[in-house]
Amino acid sequence: MEHIVIIGNGISGVTTARHIRKLSNKKITIISAEHDYFFSRTALMYVYMGHMKFEHTQPYEKWFWKKNNINLKKGFVENVNHSEKQLIFSNGEIMAYDKLIIATGSKPNKFGWPGQNLDGVMGMYHKQDLENLEKHAPNNKICKRAVIVGGGLIGIELAEMLHSRHIPVTFLVRESSFWNGVLPKNESAMINREIISNGIDLRLGVNLKEIKDNGSGKVKSIVITETDEEITCDVVGLTAGVSPNINFLKDSGIELGRGVKVNRYLETNIKDIYAIGDCAEQHEAIEQRRPIEAVWYTGRMMGETLAQTICENKTKYQPGHWFNSAKFLDIEYQTYGWVWAQPKENEARFYWEYKDGKKCIHINYDKNTQEFLGINSFGIRMRHEFFDSVLTKKQSVHHVLEHLADANFDPEFYKLHENEILEKFNKENNSNIQLRKKSWSQIFKMKA
Amino acid sequence: MKGLQKIGLGLFILSLAIFISLLFIGNYKVTPSNFEQFSSSKGIKSELFIKKMNEKVVGVEYSNSFSFSSEIISAMESSNEIYKKNKEWDKVIWDKPHSFSYQLAKKSGIGLVNENKSLFWWLTFGLGIIGSLFFIIPNVILLGPKGIKNNGIFLNSATNRGWIGWLVFIFLVSFYLLLYFRPDYIVNWTYIVDPISKNLSGNLASQWFLYGFLYCTVMTVMAVRMYIKYRHNKYQILRTTSVLFFQIVFAFLIPEILVRFEKPWYDFKNAFPLDYDFFFSWNLDQLIASGGFGLFVLIWGIVLTLVIVPIMVYFFGKRWYCSWVCGCGGLAETLGDPYRQLSDKSMNAWRLERWLVHGVLVFAIVMTGFTLYAYFSSNESVLAIKTQTIQDIYGFLIGSIFAGVIGTGFYPIFGNRVWCRFGCPLAAYMGIVQRFKSRFRITTNGGQCISCGNCSTYCEQGIDVRAYAQKGENIVRASCVGCGICSAVCPRGVLKLENGPENGRINPTDILLGNNVDLMSLIKDK
Repeated sequence: MEHIVIIGNGISGVTTARHIRKLSNKKITIISAEHDYFFSRTALMYVYMGHMKFEHTQPYEKWFWKKNNINLKKGFVENVNHSEKQLIFSNGEIMAYDKLIIATGSKPNKFGWPGQNLDGVMGMYHKQDLENLEKHAPNNKICKRAVIVGGGLIGIELAEMLHSRHIPVTFLVRESSFWNGVLPKNESAMINREIISNGIDLRLGVNLKEIKDNGSGKVKSIVITETDEEITCDVVGLTAGVSPNINFLKDSGIELGRGVKVNRYLETNIKDIYAIGDCAEQHEAIEQRRPIEAVWYTGRMMGETLAQTICENKTKYQPGHWFNSAKFLDIEYQTYGWVWAQPKENEARFYWEYKDGKKCIHINYDKNTQEFLGINSFGIRMRHEFFDSVLTKKQSVHHVLEHLADANFDPEFYKLHENEILEKFNKENNSNIQLRKKSWSQIFKMKA
Repeated sequence: MKGLQKIGLGLFILSLAIFISLLFIGNYKVTPSNFEQFSSSKGIKSELFIKKMNEKVVGVEYSNSFSFSSEIISAMESSNEIYKKNKEWDKVIWDKPHSFSYQLAKKSGIGLVNENKSLFWWLTFGLGIIGSLFFIIPNVILLGPKGIKNNGIFLNSATNRGWIGWLVFIFLVSFYLLLYFRPDYIVNWTYIVDPISKNLSGNLASQWFLYGFLYCTVMTVMAVRMYIKYRHNKYQILRTTSVLFFQIVFAFLIPEILVRFEKPWYDFKNAFPLDYDFFFSWNLDQLIASGGFGLFVLIWGIVLTLVIVPIMVYFFGKRWYCSWVCGCGGLAETLGDPYRQLSDKSMNAWRLERWLVHGVLVFAIVMTGFTLYAYFSSNESVLAIKTQTIQDIYGFLIGSIFAGVIGTGFYPIFGNRVWCRFGCPLAAYMGIVQRFKSRFRITTNGGQCISCGNCSTYCEQGIDVRAYAQKGENIVRASCVGCGICSAVCPRGVLKLENGPENGRINPTDILLGNNVDLMSLIKDK
């Protein structure tokens, strides 16, 4: 029986295993050094915040693996010998494979800052980071201040985590406004306000110079490059992005770039070795996506796709329309299609913000054809199916606005803003678009 | 703000301490005239009992309810024993001993509590309400800006089965055991609500009036907590207002007012088979005896269960009842909300749930069938089983132990919907309708789920919501009571409670929206 070995038990690896099991009775082994069982990395923050216990982050009960005949192995793979089709573990153990799937995810970036390996300096990525944080920042007596370096999604999550335990946080962001490489100006400003209104000390446009030692190997303070200001702190969170976790493959002969290089079938340069998820790097970016996408659902989609290929139905990885979501403290964010931080030449924008400054939508469409290109939605939930269908059918911005009631996914009885939104659009564009009533038949047609 | 909370907590604990201490204060003395009146109104023919009482109890002052009732019960039981031996059945007192002693105790209390009912109401209920509000209201500020604030729930011993949780558990279980099985020990508690009962129904308070009043009070105070915690979420606010309204008006005020007008006590929203004694002969007789009104109630009760309940479940899901109307649900959603995360999400718990809840439904239906057969055929037993025996077993096991002691007493241990999930026969009935013929579902928003597990953690019914959401599947489950919290706690906007066309309600998907369109259709075609 063919032995499929997957290194990494994150969403990509586990999805692949589940789908291979659905399609075949091949022998499957998942290897992880981090934890015995699959857990949702995105939920680690909620464990620290006390919303959940660690066991709640595990989507499958223990019996699931046995019942589905998926072998779990705890161990750290140190090397891949592809000519012998063998894995060598750090303890010297050897495991043979027929097909190997590399799904080792990411690791937090460290940019060689002085002091970056001191006690109390940590990323927020692995389960071990969570344990480390619990040790160094259990409360605001032991951790009197924390400094977070890097203004991305993990940075703001870490800020929220520490804030939940009333630990004062200084948040250093390199950009002039939060996440403005991704978010347009208005949205980025909204999140700046949200961060500040929660009492987090947001510092924009600053870099970390060094982390200082307290003399016994533990962090004492940090220094800001631009101002030379020294900020005393007990914990430093390094959240300046992630990069593929592939060090162990350096001498394996597998072609590497920033990640493991793969083609559209997720194959590496070596036969029977594949890579998926955060650690995979497409030779050429797919449409407007990045070559490496460290996103939960792309990992899952690669897993869904690769399982087909492994099970003799060779399938190209073809992610559909871009979408994503996040939550910035109390503001939920969803995006469908593309809304670039800076409009491209052919693009027109429509922006609406609710008077409380905590909800907005930002629509991107083609100036000339009026084709809808994408939407950012803050504080209002939107229906994925609606926008997926609109994007596939290349429908116009008018169509979207007309059917905004179908798109809304907020809980029942929530205040609806569609009329207000349309009014603003009509005024700005001298148009007369009328809102159509929510229609189930419209919504369900989308499915087909 | 924190200071206010501390004061509030102090006041609340003080009120609770006074409430508990009431069990141990006050004296009991049966006066000859009271006893005379009592025995004649009960039609007691037991000369032995009357003699024993007159010799030992009447005129004697007892310093607590425990010795008082043990004296009465021993007099009753020893006399009964002799009459039973002599087969003088008409002289046997058939009442349940503690209910019997309760009735006498209610008339016999003297001293502090009985003489200062209003004062003690303020020291217990009043202080408790004020203390709780002092504790709850500062959260408007302390919780921070509106939004989901579940910080520290699993770090707190009250909400994570720590020592506070266990203390609350002990208190609640003891309370229910006393309420159901030792009403004679809690006579003092009933005194403090006598004035309110007098005003409503014209009668002195029974232990059930006390329970009803306490229930409404607790729900109201804890509803304030819900309003603050979920002030960003209109679904939660409306739902909380609705359960509160139905509890206070339908389950409490209307029935008491009916009694005032000498009509049978009836809760118009309490549908059979949750209202398991609706078809018991005593109830049918009572309804028939009260003329047009009784007949109306009889027809309403039948129509409610057979027509209104399933039609409403078809259009809105069982949530219209369980989390918008029902009293049990109302308590679970207010007092129980801090404990919702303690429900068991394992597959084994789901298995147990299906056996138990449908088992209770079958039990309730069989019992009612037997009862009705016996009623119309004027037999006391069916298939050589006394219907009375079945009713007693149901009342004890399901009505008291399951619904009360376990259902509410175990909130801090097993979560707030133990009864609704594992025991309620009405929930089982509506669940079957909801699963197979309803427009209600929780829609999963395409491929947005990140498997974080907030939804499953906070599902009071122990549904593993994430298991569906991460597969892009809508959640269509018999047990879902539509509380809407999964949708509220989702950080990615994945879940929405909706009533929509039946077609497409259940959407099995292996590949989620967002991936290769061909792959999705390939899998779907299989």
